[in-house]
Amino acid sequence: MNKKDKNSRNKADADHGIPVPETKLFNTKFSRRDMLRLTGASGLGLLLGGGGVGGIMAARQAAGRAVPAAAASGQNEEQADTIPFYGKHQAGILTPAQNFLCFASFDVTTTKVSDLKKLLEDWTAAAAALTSGTMIGTANDKPNLPPTDTGEADGLTPSGCTLTFGAGPALFDSRFGLSGKRPASFTELPAFPGDSLEPQWCGGDLCVQACADDMQVAFHAIRNLARIARGTAVLRWTQEGFQRSGSADPSGGTPRNLLGFKDGTGNPDVTDETQMRNIVWSGSADGPAWMNGGTYLAVRRVRFRIEVWDRSSLSDQEATFGRHRQSGAPIGAGDEFAELNLAAADASGKPVIPPDSHSALAHGDGSVKILRRSYSYSSGMDLKTGQLDAGLVFISFQKDLMKQFVSIQQRLAKNDRLNEYMVHTGSAVFACFPGVREGGYIGELLLEG
Amino acid sequence: MKIGYAVPAGLLAASLLFAGCAGKDNSNNDGNNGNSGNNSGNNAAAQAGSGTESVAKAGGETNADFTTAIDEYRKYVIEQCDAFVKQTEGFTDAVKAGKLDEAKTLYAPARMHYERIEPIAEALGDLDPNIDARENDVDAADWRGFHKIEQALWQNNTTEGMTDVADRLLKDAQLLRAKVETAGIDANLLVTGAVELLNEVSSSKVTGEEERYSHTDLYDFVANVEGAQKIYELLKPELAKKDPALEQTIGERFTALTNELAPFKSGEGYVSYETLKPEEVRRLSQNLDALAEPLSNMGTILGV
Ligand code: HEM
Repeated sequence: MNKKDKNSRNKADADHGIPVPETKLFNTKFSRRDMLRLTGASGLGLLLGGGGVGGIMAARQAAGRAVPAAAASGQNEEQADTIPFYGKHQAGILTPAQNFLCFASFDVTTTKVSDLKKLLEDWTAAAAALTSGTMIGTANDKPNLPPTDTGEADGLTPSGCTLTFGAGPALFDSRFGLSGKRPASFTELPAFPGDSLEPQWCGGDLCVQACADDMQVAFHAIRNLARIARGTAVLRWTQEGFQRSGSADPSGGTPRNLLGFKDGTGNPDVTDETQMRNIVWSGSADGPAWMNGGTYLAVRRVRFRIEVWDRSSLSDQEATFGRHRQSGAPIGAGDEFAELNLAAADASGKPVIPPDSHSALAHGDGSVKILRRSYSYSSGMDLKTGQLDAGLVFISFQKDLMKQFVSIQQRLAKNDRLNEYMVHTGSAVFACFPGVREGGYIGELLLEG
Repeated sequence: MKIGYAVPAGLLAASLLFAGCAGKDNSNNDGNNGNSGNNSGNNAAAQAGSGTESVAKAGGETNADFTTAIDEYRKYVIEQCDAFVKQTEGFTDAVKAGKLDEAKTLYAPARMHYERIEPIAEALGDLDPNIDARENDVDAADWRGFHKIEQALWQNNTTEGMTDVADRLLKDAQLLRAKVETAGIDANLLVTGAVELLNEVSSSKVTGEEERYSHTDLYDFVANVEGAQKIYELLKPELAKKDPALEQTIGERFTALTNELAPFKSGEGYVSYETLKPEEVRRLSQNLDALAEPLSNMGTILGV
C-alpha cells in the first residue's frame, strides 16, 4: 500500500473541487470541529474533497464500532480502518459486521500434516498482509515471475478487513491424526425438519470468513488465500454477502435483512466481556486447550421465498417476526430495544407477540443466546423459476453448538412462522481457532499442542 | 487453439521472433509508461527472444546455461512434428478414402503430437487457427482443419465433402514442420510455454469444449500435460540449483496429476470425456491448477 499515492489521490479530488453538498456533510450529528478532529486534516479545502468526506465516514464508522480508537484520536484514516489481525481472539467475531462478506469453505486435498501446517503458516503470513493493506509476498516486481499478490487491492486501504479461520468436523477424521483432538460436542449438525440442503453449499475442512468495507478487498483476500492453497486445499464453496453500507446509513442503525426487518436487535452486547465469555468464547474449562479463546461458527445459507413474502400483508409480516417492521420494536412496543415481553396479552387474553413468531421462538426463555453476524446474499436468478435467488447467509458464533445453536434451531425448524418464507439450502460448522500472536500461526495449538 | 489469451500469446510471439525482427522491439521500451507491469514483462520476453543465439542474454543476471535444454527441446519439437505429419497423413488418407471408422480411430492420436508442442505452433502466425480452430473461433468461411473434419465424422457421421479440407490440413501440418526448424527457441519460451500448455488444458480441455463432437478431450489433456512435463524435465537441473523446493513440488504435482489421469486410460487411448462424472472433471481441474501454480514460478531460473 502506498500511502503517498493515497494522499495525493485525496488531494487531487480536493484540487478538482468535487462539490460536496453542504447539507449532506453538515446534516450529520458531528460538528465541523469534530470533523476536523476526526480526519486530522489541516484545511477545509481538503476536508471538502470527495476523499475527505469518505475519510470522515470511515472514521465515524470505525469510532461507532468501538474498533481501535485510532479514528477518534485523530490518526489518519488508513490506521482507522485497520483491524489488528493478531490478538487473543480472532477478529471478525466481535468486530461489528463490515459492509461485505466473502465466505469460503475449503477441502484439504493433501494427506500430509506437514502440508497442512505449511498452508496454515502461509495463510497466517498472507492474512497479516491482507488485513493491513500490504502486498502479499516479495515477488511483486519480477518480470519473469507471476506477482505473488494478485494486485487488485493495490492502493486500497485495509477497509476494515478481517479474516477469520476455522476447522470443520471433517478435518478431525483419520487423515491428519487429529481425531483425538475433536471437541466432544463438535460434530456436523443434525438434520432439522424442513432442511433442503444442497451438497454444494455444505461442509468443508477449513473455512475463511473474509469481511471488509470494500467488496474488492474481501474478494482479493479469498482469491489469494485460495491461490496459496493450491495443491493443498481446494475451494468447496463460496458465498458472498452484503448489508447496507456504512455510508448509506451514517447513523449506524441495525441493518435490515432482505425481508425488510431490522436484524440483530436482540444480539448480546459485544462490549460486555462477561456475556462474551458466557456466550461466545470457549474457555479453559470448556474443551480442548487448542480451542481456549476460540469459538464455534454456524453458517446456514437460507434462501428467501421473496416473491411469496412480498405478497403477504404487513400484519402477517410483523406477526412472523413478532416485531414491527419500521421500528424493529417488539409488537406492542415503540422502542427497538424494548424487552421482548412474551407474557403480554391483549384484552382477549391472546399473546401480543405470537408464540410461534421468529423472535419469540428464538428467544425462548431467554437463557440461551448466540451472537449472530449474518449478511444478505443475492445470487442472481433461479433459472428454473425466474425468481430471485436471494436470502441470508446466517452466521452465528457460540461456545457450544449443540447447547446453543442446535437447541434454538430445533425450536425454529419445528414451529417458526418464518419457515413459510424461507428454506435452508446450505449448512456448515467450524471451530474458529483462538487468536494468533505474532510469530505464531493459525491453528498452531491444534497441530502442535 | 487459443484466441482469447492475448497477453501470453503476445509474450510467446515476442520470444519466438525470427532473427532480424528484434531491433523493432527496442522502440517499445520508451514511452508507454502507463502499464509498467505488462511492459516490463514484454520487454523481458522481447530481449530474451531476440534470436536463437541470445540465450545468455535471456538469463539476465544469471549465468545459467540453457544451451543443452534448448537443443534438446528443439529435437523434441522436431520429433513431435515428424510424427504429427506422418500420422496426420494417415488420418487424411482415411478421410479421403471414405474410411469413416479408421478416420475416427486415427484422429485423436495424431492430434496428440500437435498438442504436446502447441505453444510453438501458436506463435507461428496463422498455423494454429488453420490447424486447430474450433467452430466460431474463426469466420465460418475460414474454418478448416481438424475440428471441421471432427464435426463431419462424429456429428454428420460422414467423410463426404472433406477431401479438400483433408488436403489442406496435411499441407498445413507440413508447413508447421518446415517452420519449426527456424523457430527461435529460448529459455523464456520454455518457461512460458510450459505454463501455456497447462493453461490450454484449463481453458478448453477441462470444459470438454475442445473436442465437442468426438469427446476425445482426454487425449489433448494428456498431451498438453506431457508437453509441459517435457519442458520441466529439461529445465529440472537448473531449477534444482536455483530452487530445489520448487523443483520438488512441481515434480510431485506432475505425479499427482498423472495418477489422477491414470484411471481414464483405455487400451492405447482414453475414455470418452462424456463418461466423466462432474466431480471427476473437477478433481482433474483442481489437480491441474495445483500443478500450474508452482510451475508458473519456473521463471525464477531466468534470474531477474
Ligand atoms: C432466514 C433466516 C432468518 C432470518 C431472516 C432471521 C431474522 C431475524 C430477525 C428479523 C430477528 C429479530 C431482530 C433481532 O433480534 O435481531 C431475529 C432474531 C433472532 N433470531 Fe433470527 N433469523 C433467521 C434465522 C435464524 C436462525 C437459523 C437462528 C438460530 C438458530 C436465529 C436466531 C435468532 C435469535 C437468537 C434471535 C434473537 C431473539 C431474541 O430477541 O432473543 N435466527 N432473527
